[in-house]
Amino acid sequence: MTAPPPNLVIVLSGLLVILIVASGVGYGLQRKLSPDGTNAVIENLNDRIRAWWVMVVLMGLALIGGKTGVTLLFAFCSFAALREFITLINTRRADHWALAAAFFIVLPVQYYLIWIDWYGLYSIFIPVYAFLLMPIIAALRGDTDRFLVRIAEVQWALMICVFCVSHVPALLSLDIADYQGRNVLLIAFLVIVVQASDVLQYVWGKLLGRTKIAPRLSPSKTVEGLIGGALSAMAVGAGLSWITPFTPLQAALLSFVIVVMGFFGGLVMSAIKRDRGVKDWGHLIAGHGGFIDRLDSVIFSAPIFFHLVRYGWSAT
Amino acid sequence: MSGPQAKPSFAGRMVQAVVIVFARFITATRGRWEGVAPIDEQRIYFANHVSHGDFVLIWTALPRRLRSRTRPVAGSDYWLKGSLRRFIGRDVFNAVLIDRNRDTRADDPIVQMSDALDAGESLIVFPEGTRNTTEAPLLAFKSGLYHLATARRSVALVPVWIDNLNRVMPKGEFVPIPLICTVTFGAALHLGETEAKQEFLTRAEAALLALSPKANTL
Repeated sequence: MTAPPPNLVIVLSGLLVILIVASGVGYGLQRKLSPDGTNAVIENLNDRIRAWWVMVVLMGLALIGGKTGVTLLFAFCSFAALREFITLINTRRADHWALAAAFFIVLPVQYYLIWIDWYGLYSIFIPVYAFLLMPIIAALRGDTDRFLVRIAEVQWALMICVFCVSHVPALLSLDIADYQGRNVLLIAFLVIVVQASDVLQYVWGKLLGRTKIAPRLSPSKTVEGLIGGALSAMAVGAGLSWITPFTPLQAALLSFVIVVMGFFGGLVMSAIKRDRGVKDWGHLIAGHGGFIDRLDSVIFSAPIFFHLVRYGWSAT
Repeated sequence: MSGPQAKPSFAGRMVQAVVIVFARFITATRGRWEGVAPIDEQRIYFANHVSHGDFVLIWTALPRRLRSRTRPVAGSDYWLKGSLRRFIGRDVFNAVLIDRNRDTRADDPIVQMSDALDAGESLIVFPEGTRNTTEAPLLAFKSGLYHLATARRSVALVPVWIDNLNRVMPKGEFVPIPLICTVTFGAALHLGETEAKQEFLTRAEAALLALSPKANTL
């Protein structure tokens, strides 16, 4: 393990300061508005801040741990997300072996390929090989009831929870001129822009939100929230350009793409939740629902961000 | 083998911890305490039975200090067969092992369970008597729960619904599929002064079934 890049230390220290301020504000609000723990908004806010602490600490440790740490962390996120996804779909007894293969073969192989930097295989492993392998395993069991629905759901689960998520650690394999050894900062950039956009959309939506975008899907999403959140997340992205290989303008434009993909990712995942009749994907993180509830924006933006950076900046 | 059994051995406790970590990894189990609080009160937890993993899951959902005082009740015909099962049943789970065969048994199961209760321990029982491998959500209860309730009227009977575990490991499979399971604890029941056997068993079945998420969506 080599020493983490100095900029990473600065970024993590900055996040710690933000969290300490947030915890202080949360504590103050609780003392003032919810001394007996009855104000649901304040309690939820404090639950979220506590979960943020855990996320930032884990993320920080993984980034300091370098490639192995980041790969393991996101492999675990994929595992937890897949567990939530499969819980909600229509699996049958006959899918048992296909599901076991998804968890114990496809997921580890995908992350192993990421870890050894085999771009040619990890970028098609799930879309091609798993796509062909999984229905074969399911077909061998002979149960044809709702066959197409079942195999489509398992493929979707793998694409969302494993393939897309694995593009975050894949950022480490990019070979960018004059940026060697600092790729973990690309991950920090992506994650900070996505999460800032989520929080800022929420804040702008609460302050100015009037026009609902998809009232049936996600009543809290408003045009004003989206525009305010996108503009401020672009400002955050531009302000972080010093940790990236991008100019401030490029960083702002990439942030725009990340925000838009993240926004629509949230919308798509809400549609799936509505379809399955649940409010949250799981209960693992207090105040945040499940893993997928936290990851949905990253899931949709990570592969696009990866390919944009790869084609625009990487030598390989 | 009547009377309270010895405390689990050190090796048993180590295996116990490993089993619980593994159960969390696969099922992300969390207890939902809807009818009672997770406090240190003597109880008889009665649950639906779909898999050998059932009491592991209930245990995993219990806070640690309750877990060490809660013993599952299991069939000795299964758990005393072979030294591995014997180790797991006695040392790891500290089970109260009862003989389900009425004709050959030497000990009265109700007496064995009452002895454990008198020693201050809580119990986990599966009143269906056997694993439910049918499509029905719950099998009719055997009379054991009634006899136990009659023998120790003051102990609270808590219904516990285990959801999704049958999908994790269907009968006949040996690789578990990671899926989120829930363990829901309902409001405590007591046997009424004049309540008849069938009346009580029907009430207990209904109380358990009401905790099933499927019952709530219909």
